[in-house]
Amino acid sequence: MIYRIEVLDKPGLFDAVGEGIVRDIADLGISGVSEVRYTQVYLIEGEVTRADAGRICRELLADPISQDYLLCDAAFYEPEQPAGGFSVEVAYNPGVMDPVEESVKKGILDLGIKGAACVKTARKYRINGNISVSQADSIAEKLLYNKLIQHIVRRGASSSHPPSEYNFRLSRVRIIGASDAELRRLSFQGQLFLNLDEMRTIKAYFAGIGRDPTDCELETIAQTWSEHCSHKTFRGRIKYSETLPRSYKGRIGSRMIKGLLKSTIMKVTRELRKPWCVSVFEDNSGIIKFEGRNNVCFKVETHNHPSALEPFGGANTGIGGVIRDCLGTGLGAKPVFNTDVFCFGLPDYSFKDLPAGTLHPKRVMKGVVSGVRDYGNKMGIPTVNGAVLFDEGFTCNPLVYCGTAGIIPQDKCFKKAGKGDLIVVAGGRTGRDGIHGATFSSGELTEESETVSSGAVQIGNPIEEKKLVDTLMQARDRGLYSSVTDCGAGGLSSAVGEMGAELGAKVELEKVPLKYSGLSYSEIWISESQERMVLAVDGRKADELIALFAAENVEAAVIGEFTGSGRLELFYRGNLVADLDMKFMHDGRPDIEKKAVFKLPAHKETAKPCPSDLGSALKKILSSYDVCSKEWIIRQYDHEVQGGSAGKPLTGVACDGPADAAVVRPLMSSRKAVIVSNGINFRFGRIDPYWMAASCIDEGLRQVVACGGPVDRTALLDNFCWGNPDKPDRLGGLVRASYGCYYAAKAYGLPFISGKDSLYNEYMYAGKSRAIPGTLLISAVSVLDDVSKTVSMYAKEAGDLIYVVGLTRDEMGGSLYYEQNGLTGSSVPMIYPAQAMKIFSALNRLAAAGALRSVHDCSEGGLGVSAAEMAFSGGLGMEISLADAVYKCADKKRRRNDFILFSESNSRFIVEISPDKKRVFERELKGLSFSLIGTLEEHGQLIVRGLDGRVCLREDIAGLKEAWQKPLRW
Amino acid sequence: MKKPRVCILRTAGTNCDAETAFAFGLAGAQAELVHVNLLAAGGRKLDDYHILALPGGFSYGDDIAAGKVLANELRCKLRESVERFISAGKLVIGICNGFQILVKSGLLPGNAQWKQEASLVINDSSKFEARWVHLRIPESVCVWTEGIGRVIYLPVAHGEGKFMTADTASLRCILDKRQAVVTYCNEDGSAAVYPANPNGSQADIAGICDATGRIFGLMPHPERHVQSSQHPFGGRGRKSAEPDGILIFKNGVRYARKLL
Repeated sequence: MIYRIEVLDKPGLFDAVGEGIVRDIADLGISGVSEVRYTQVYLIEGEVTRADAGRICRELLADPISQDYLLCDAAFYEPEQPAGGFSVEVAYNPGVMDPVEESVKKGILDLGIKGAACVKTARKYRINGNISVSQADSIAEKLLYNKLIQHIVRRGASSSHPPSEYNFRLSRVRIIGASDAELRRLSFQGQLFLNLDEMRTIKAYFAGIGRDPTDCELETIAQTWSEHCSHKTFRGRIKYSETLPRSYKGRIGSRMIKGLLKSTIMKVTRELRKPWCVSVFEDNSGIIKFEGRNNVCFKVETHNHPSALEPFGGANTGIGGVIRDCLGTGLGAKPVFNTDVFCFGLPDYSFKDLPAGTLHPKRVMKGVVSGVRDYGNKMGIPTVNGAVLFDEGFTCNPLVYCGTAGIIPQDKCFKKAGKGDLIVVAGGRTGRDGIHGATFSSGELTEESETVSSGAVQIGNPIEEKKLVDTLMQARDRGLYSSVTDCGAGGLSSAVGEMGAELGAKVELEKVPLKYSGLSYSEIWISESQERMVLAVDGRKADELIALFAAENVEAAVIGEFTGSGRLELFYRGNLVADLDMKFMHDGRPDIEKKAVFKLPAHKETAKPCPSDLGSALKKILSSYDVCSKEWIIRQYDHEVQGGSAGKPLTGVACDGPADAAVVRPLMSSRKAVIVSNGINFRFGRIDPYWMAASCIDEGLRQVVACGGPVDRTALLDNFCWGNPDKPDRLGGLVRASYGCYYAAKAYGLPFISGKDSLYNEYMYAGKSRAIPGTLLISAVSVLDDVSKTVSMYAKEAGDLIYVVGLTRDEMGGSLYYEQNGLTGSSVPMIYPAQAMKIFSALNRLAAAGALRSVHDCSEGGLGVSAAEMAFSGGLGMEISLADAVYKCADKKRRRNDFILFSESNSRFIVEISPDKKRVFERELKGLSFSLIGTLEEHGQLIVRGLDGRVCLREDIAGLKEAWQKPLRW
Repeated sequence: MKKPRVCILRTAGTNCDAETAFAFGLAGAQAELVHVNLLAAGGRKLDDYHILALPGGFSYGDDIAAGKVLANELRCKLRESVERFISAGKLVIGICNGFQILVKSGLLPGNAQWKQEASLVINDSSKFEARWVHLRIPESVCVWTEGIGRVIYLPVAHGEGKFMTADTASLRCILDKRQAVVTYCNEDGSAAVYPANPNGSQADIAGICDATGRIFGLMPHPERHVQSSQHPFGGRGRKSAEPDGILIFKNGVRYARKLL
């Protein structure tokens, strides 16, 4: 018997879900929808009496105050098509995890009702209004479901299909006698994403041992060798050549690079030898010292490809994955905050121009934000810092960066699996979801990706992961395991393979707990089902560990052991299904050599004349999607949970101004704080990725400094998102960005502690491959000794003095002002480390002395945006004079009000000082570039005087704030 | 001095347990995190505590509706021990998800035994929102808010916080009995509209207590404002003598001392 239960709001009540969808429909350009009513549908299958079913409805499923329910026998249900509208019912595809099912089953059991064997859910939307069938289809497809994970229920009862049994059959792949063409086909059809050289190496290995590989062996090698897992671009050889003028600043010279990562990013850390770096580039995240007994770890990941196809699920599992990186660092860190940075296509992009197979940027954005909100909030981890950038170049390949920091006791930072340790998998069960994620993300997206790679898309279950955190931390503190790592891309294959790389491992695959039967041995081994961790456990402690997990409803199972044989041996019901030499897996991949070229692009630098009134230009920049308020996103994240929030993402007298960095006090008993910020600007990369990288590092650091964070306790993370590195021009940019990282980080004394790259961000359609703008995210993390020394960015008091600190240069290239005038330019902002370091240190000393009222960094939109934000966030007026600002410019014609106001030169701040601190402040900055440019005023206007002393901008701060808030007030 | 014992009940998806325990510790109590399974299995007894605290979070993912599954578990599986605890004159506080649990189990407003009389439903904005709000605390029987008598400032963070009753009569009843003990307001105490009332709650209700004043629930998070560094202005400018949130915990602990 299957009961069908519909739960809906009582008539007359405000349907918040429905109202939200009505707004989204209007965004699609479809008018005529008067109302959407949302109905939650449950299907309950089993031996349950009608009376009990009624109780389940009344006491569990329907809210007696606000909802009604309808209970019927699903066999007799016929979907109605109401007059004057449409009814659309959406359900998950078989195999897609629906966490609500488990909760409903638990609730029914708690009611004392047994016999409910299976629960399914669906959502029904009744769309009322005057719309056509094709419009209804369009609404369903664009808003209500994603065919990768859901389907429209066309008929009445969708009985749960009994899962099929799996009949074991060992499958071998013929490779020994294969021709090159066959090897290529094998790689392509099997979604292995291996090149011919690699396929040949595999063929030679198996020829050497005299047999063909099993499917499982081939999959294991493909995953281990994937770009995603082995980072072959960054570790391989690169033949690099550049064409740059001899006098160009930032030449690196044509050369052969043996390991890009080792020659740049890791080299900084090695050379700086900071004593507070605890663990760098060797674990799932980087660890630095924090306070007496605890360290901080931090990792930022990308989840671009999945988010392009299923934004909610992609971002959801992205954040879930980086949290597990934190859990899998050392013996496990407790997550204390998340960060997120996104790059999307333009939210007002026309539907007509959207390439086939691509979701609309607004839908992508809403889905991604919901995905992060859902996972982060439910995990109880505050999302404290981020950025969102927009460009047409991200339409087909959105970028989703997710970061997590954790607190880890000093004596838990290192791990080592021992010979004879048991292999335990804990957390969620393994299903068919997420097959081929690692290899899928190592190739370009195409129109067909959505069908071919749909298995790589998943929905997360944050509560499963929360239970894992709760129990794992207890097990860690009781010393119940010797090593731990997360199951991410590559699933067990990658987790067990890495943990047992030295020792060797034996796994009995039938012991892995499954969501449903029917999985083959290979699927079990490579499935990337979420919320799983792998542990190495001393046999004597296994029972205690498993009981600890069980006490909080976390499933854990012993699936094998670390043998000491140096081999990876996989069994399924006693049959050997894989037997590989660990050495071959991890060291056998042929070295690759890629070609890279860089040529300086020729962008014109001819600007229109300077407008006499810069008010509308400033408003236009404030209203640009990149600069405008992200309050709509930030408020959806719980940024206060755990109680550590000190410097909030939204600040100011109305709690709505843009903070430079987030300040978190992760241990309530300590006054120490962690400051986190990000630097990102793909526009500079259109001119030279070298200076883009240097500028990103400067931005990350100056935001830390603006909040009072010490330069000499700041560490960096790098995340490169790039196009296809097999194409020399793409790789040339990547090489320059890496060298720019080395130059800036070394000069500022900032070690990299971890990083990640996501390459192949290209989209193939209509016969042409389009790459994203090469984008580098720099995340900066710093440790502040006393949280009360935090400095905020909003104006505090009328009469205070306004200074600009740092030199403004004629560096308009890649600026938003140029972009809005249809230019890219060539004068990209550079960095001048000697001067900048002195400025940063002086501000550090002034912050520690409590001499700074407020500090705001100058980034996109330069001085103009920074001054406006400081003023309107503090609810005060400001009068400044551009003639007083220090401006360096060789060409007299380029001494212009607009360039001074909107240049995006690095290492600059606007600083508010109370008049009684004037002397202290000026003495500390003596000899450096700074100038007093104005004052804060009660009058509520931003007034800017130009080089000639005349007013060139006069705007009410309320109007500036409105311009800044309006675009993304969704 | 002997300390009152607080049972901070947690389960899958609870996530404000540690900071709630910290707040009770600051207020002078001894708090212990207790998993609901342990309580159900008898590994801990509710009788051994003086305060039961239901912290914020997403118990069981807030599947079905926020707090519903744990409310159902309390009502069906822990009913007797909870009833004994309450009739012994002990205290209960529910914060955010904990408030949703108290309302959906029928413990609040608590005028009909274990029967849900009110609800907390999806915010009018149809989305989760985190923001700081001002709250008015009228005179009442509530032991948790006793003597505060001024506008306080706390963060809210929820998607389902709109307080509603089945009809105006039941709302009237709550208001007449002065059980609406925390209401959203503007900074000057005047009646709020969105976003000062962040979710569209009837009568701006942010928290209520039962008829005895010992069972109390609220959507805002007092445990997130027990130290000055948590305040949006970092304790600068509009500084109050004591962080607003701690007042509520101190009230509870002071009352619970009498039970020792």
